[in-house]
Amino acid sequence: MESDEDFMSVGSSNDDFLDTQDSDDDSLEDFGDDFDGGFSKDKDIIATSRKPYEVDFKVLSPGDIEREQNIQVTEVSSILGLPPESSAILLRYGRWNREKLIESYMDHPEQTLDAAGLGNHFETNPVTQKVPGFMCEICCEDGPDLETYAMRCGHRFCVDCYRHYLGQKIREEGEAARIECPGESCHLIVDSKSLELLVTRDLRDRYHALLMRTYVDDKENLRWCPAPNCEYAIDCPVKQRDLRRVVPTVQCFCKHFFCFGCTLNDHQPAPCLLVKMWLQKCEDDSETANWISANTKECPRCHSTIEKNGGCNHMTCRKCKHEFCWMCMGLWSEHGTSWYNCNRYEEKSGSEARTEQARSRASLERYLHYYNRYANHEQSAKLDKDLYLKTEKKMTSLQSQSGLSWIEVQFLETASQALQQCRQTLKWTYAFAYYLARNNLTEIFEDNQKDLEMAVESLSEMFEKPVPELSKLKVDILDKTAYCTKRRVILLSDTAENLKNGEWTFNMEW
Amino acid sequence: MFATKRLGKELLKMKEHLPPGITIAKSENLEEWHMDLQVLDDNPLYQDQTYRLKFTFGSKYPIEPPEVQFIESPNTPSTPRPIPIHPHIYSNGIICLDLLSSAGWSPVQTVESVCVSIQSMLTANTRNERPPGDSDFVSYNRRRPRDINFFYDDDNV
Repeated sequence: MESDEDFMSVGSSNDDFLDTQDSDDDSLEDFGDDFDGGFSKDKDIIATSRKPYEVDFKVLSPGDIEREQNIQVTEVSSILGLPPESSAILLRYGRWNREKLIESYMDHPEQTLDAAGLGNHFETNPVTQKVPGFMCEICCEDGPDLETYAMRCGHRFCVDCYRHYLGQKIREEGEAARIECPGESCHLIVDSKSLELLVTRDLRDRYHALLMRTYVDDKENLRWCPAPNCEYAIDCPVKQRDLRRVVPTVQCFCKHFFCFGCTLNDHQPAPCLLVKMWLQKCEDDSETANWISANTKECPRCHSTIEKNGGCNHMTCRKCKHEFCWMCMGLWSEHGTSWYNCNRYEEKSGSEARTEQARSRASLERYLHYYNRYANHEQSAKLDKDLYLKTEKKMTSLQSQSGLSWIEVQFLETASQALQQCRQTLKWTYAFAYYLARNNLTEIFEDNQKDLEMAVESLSEMFEKPVPELSKLKVDILDKTAYCTKRRVILLSDTAENLKNGEWTFNMEW
Repeated sequence: MFATKRLGKELLKMKEHLPPGITIAKSENLEEWHMDLQVLDDNPLYQDQTYRLKFTFGSKYPIEPPEVQFIESPNTPSTPRPIPIHPHIYSNGIICLDLLSSAGWSPVQTVESVCVSIQSMLTANTRNERPPGDSDFVSYNRRRPRDINFFYDDDNV
């Protein structure tokens, strides 16, 4: 059970990975030398805390993100000798690439400031003013009591209009880092000090949230957790170009597992690019393909797909005018006068046409084989999720019926989580396998897949048993859960190792 | 409405003085104005024609840009109001112009300044053509101009 617990807490114990990495590497090399999946080796994999398919990452809270930003702003501010607000604007303009920005500023300070929407002299503290004889160009209000504001560019407007303008930009247009002065063709950026002077509290918070968004959006090593309403971001060193060799699944504090590369739900073991191709293919093909396969044949000459919706067996292809028999696919001219009753199944032309037909159908059948299994696991995972929602109820009723304690019924939740995770993995093994060329590695992969699948199905079955039987099955369920988890680790480790070392052969270019 | 005073002043100012070739056609309420536009130089594409622009003001004008497009009414033999030919003007009157988008708009712009910009956009044009994909756009577009994401890829015309 020890190993099981290690695994279940992958996300949270992530900080330990760096410390234990050295000792892990040895055992991983052991594994890499030998793919026969011998049990002793498997044991090594299970025992290590950092698996080959896991990546380093760190979860950042909104506070962490702000702190990181401030550190960089302060640093650049002290290097360039500019006020922090200006440095922040510069950094946002330079997409947080500090080195490049400092270099560009050192070489052409004026140009860099201009391009970033900054003038070249800096007020210390912005204030609003009443200006005699002033009329606001936006609302045409005037009067001696009108509070007005202008940034360094001197374009002066009343505070009310400024506030409306900033509200529109921030709330309606989601702008923050690049809000320009309202003046016509003035590209001066509204800095955060001016903004804080002018807007109300709630707008200020929204503004800062948006600024934080741009920070995370701009940095290659940061990504928002895509879960609804989640405020955390993930810091992960995996680059876009690495995505052919690694599938960087990360887990947020909110428990959501997702791929750092493409932000889709965890899709190990299949790499992002294959996932994208697969999803595209499924979207285009699946339903149509099923129907085509069930209801149509292809013209033996031009391969147009034909649906026979009634009538006799004498077919004339609309497209190429080829005449053939629907029953045997042979040439119609060889049918003589037996028009409505084909009894020529063994004739040569017919059997050749059928072979050809079979070949083109085979690729469709192959796709459907993988698709159906993929879709089945997707469906089952959904059902298992419903089941999970009922699990808590089950646990409560198990408690009252069997006299077990709350802690003692936790095994059900553990099992339910393992089940979902394994199904998720299985689902993607089918998409992955669809693109694999056949060789020895593929066979090992399929064996691993089969083992995991069998384990998952039998756990799933136990899990669905009525409550009174569950307490008797506790040990079995515990064992099966541990076994499923172990099979999953083995499958993912094996696949990830091969991916990293470029061992897989695929049946297409990607 | 936020801009009652502003629109009132704009109207007052325009009634006093307008640049040549621009006249007010309709301004009874503060939601929709019509402006007539003529191109005064000898550009053969637009000679002796009058075009009509419709301005629709939202409640947030002038913080938000007005909706501006050419219209064909009233299109009578005595007062023809065609849609001018221009590579940035679709044949349904919708104009692809950066300054009319929320990103390109500045609240300092006025009805008059928009008219002047569109007038000079016509003056400078030498191409007797509609935007690419005009017929598709005109038959499929059901959106209002402000909801369309134009790409302002051509700064020359």
